[in-house]
Amino acid sequence: MILELDRIDTFYGSSHVLQGVSLAVAEGEVVALLGRNGVGKTTTLRSVIGLTAPRAGSVRFQGQELRGLPPDAIARSGIAYVPDDHRIFPTLTAEENLDIARRLSPRRGAFGKAEVLELFPRLGDLLRHRGASLSGGERKMLAIGRALMAGPALLLLDEPSEGLAPLVVAHLTEVLERIRREGITILLADQNLRFCRRVCSRGYILEKGRVEHQGTMEAIWGDPAVVTKYLVV
Amino acid sequence: MQSIVHVVLAGLSNGMFIWLVASGLTLIFGVLGVLNFAHGSFYMLGAYVSFSLVRALSPHFYLAMLFGPLVVCLAGWAVERWFLRAVYRLELPYQLLLTFAFVLIFDNLVKIVWGAGALHPPPGLGPLEGSVEILGRKFPIYSLFVIAVGPLVALALWALLERTWIGRIVRAAASDREMAAALGVRVPALFTGVFIFGTWLGAVGGALAVPYVGVLTPGMGESIIIEAFIVAVLGGLGSLKGAFLGALVIGVLNAFGTRFFPAFDMALIFLLMAAVLLVRPRGLFGVARS
Repeated sequence: MILELDRIDTFYGSSHVLQGVSLAVAEGEVVALLGRNGVGKTTTLRSVIGLTAPRAGSVRFQGQELRGLPPDAIARSGIAYVPDDHRIFPTLTAEENLDIARRLSPRRGAFGKAEVLELFPRLGDLLRHRGASLSGGERKMLAIGRALMAGPALLLLDEPSEGLAPLVVAHLTEVLERIRREGITILLADQNLRFCRRVCSRGYILEKGRVEHQGTMEAIWGDPAVVTKYLVV
Repeated sequence: MQSIVHVVLAGLSNGMFIWLVASGLTLIFGVLGVLNFAHGSFYMLGAYVSFSLVRALSPHFYLAMLFGPLVVCLAGWAVERWFLRAVYRLELPYQLLLTFAFVLIFDNLVKIVWGAGALHPPPGLGPLEGSVEILGRKFPIYSLFVIAVGPLVALALWALLERTWIGRIVRAAASDREMAAALGVRVPALFTGVFIFGTWLGAVGGALAVPYVGVLTPGMGESIIIEAFIVAVLGGLGSLKGAFLGALVIGVLNAFGTRFFPAFDMALIFLLMAAVLLVRPRGLFGVARS
């Protein structure tokens, strides 16, 4: 397993958000974290990258314990994070946003600037634009491109399909497939079950900070009781 | 006309000292989000340490100017590393209280080391002595040098932040420290570095002031930090461009006030600040902080 979470407890202040979450992701897999708003999907991703460090449990990446490490050390170990609100640096140009990730990472993967621009040709016209001037969709592309520039072994994606038009979601599906083919493991949190079914092999369903169900995406998709209980708003 | 030109030149040279202090203050606020009330103390320490070094290393004035601010950087490092880090996540009043405590600590430290009385650097301490004639009246060459240093520092800061890798990383961390960390930036170390650099800018201002001000007192940091705060607020907190422009305006306005309305000079500055804030509450070039 490339990533193993073992009974992690994560808090926001005194609020106990993740309560003993355990999951495992094998190398090359694309795995979904599913569940309604506020069940702990984002917190799980933030716990892995160290932005909201777990107070208990274990986060192991490629056999190395990450709990207790600062986010910068976790990032340099080969994990890239794309938050749901993209967090593009607004005062840097799109090109600087891409270059900074490359510059900061000691790793080199399959995606350099040329490959990222091949994945997202629209970014080619925006390289000299400041991050603040980009649209939501453009920021999403840039955020994924920036993460890929770091040469990660594991990509954490928070709500990648959120707010995208169906055609753009279809393009994103192809992009994630291409990323997977390059050997990058993906753990994504999303509420779009149809999208997750297309891109993920397995899923974990979170409810109130716990893993309530897990299985292949086909099994989850084919179980109306699970879908109704945990996923339908 | 002759008098006006000289008042403007005197104002510009005063403004450049305020700019050097305000630039460090603004950089530290823009990147770390900390309003460092003790920044004027670094100016004061820069002046005192450089004065001692000038005497010790005489006639090597430039060496003293080089090493004085570097010694003060040690104080900046200690303040950031051991105290400010604890209040980054707290609200502004806690930061102001802590940094105000350092104003008192540094004032007392100066009194212990150099004495409570005023020090008077003897004339002819620095290079660039003498004066040149401008429109029939003499103007100190050193003041012209100071007027030249200010824009050079502004240009160097701009180039550093906009044209270098470290500048891009600093801008990235300033806008989103969490995301910068998630991309591999060692944010605590970066913040320490920026704070030390800001300290150095203030201390350079103090060192340059030694041959200029004529008298060093333990309270000299307080008067300049108030002007630097006005400049930073006027220009927009966190904006170096605003701080530079604000320092020029405040320096010149203050010089006019001193020359033509001596009883009213500081009030003029505060009136200008109030007027700008009424029209533009974020200052001239201020942006909202996330």
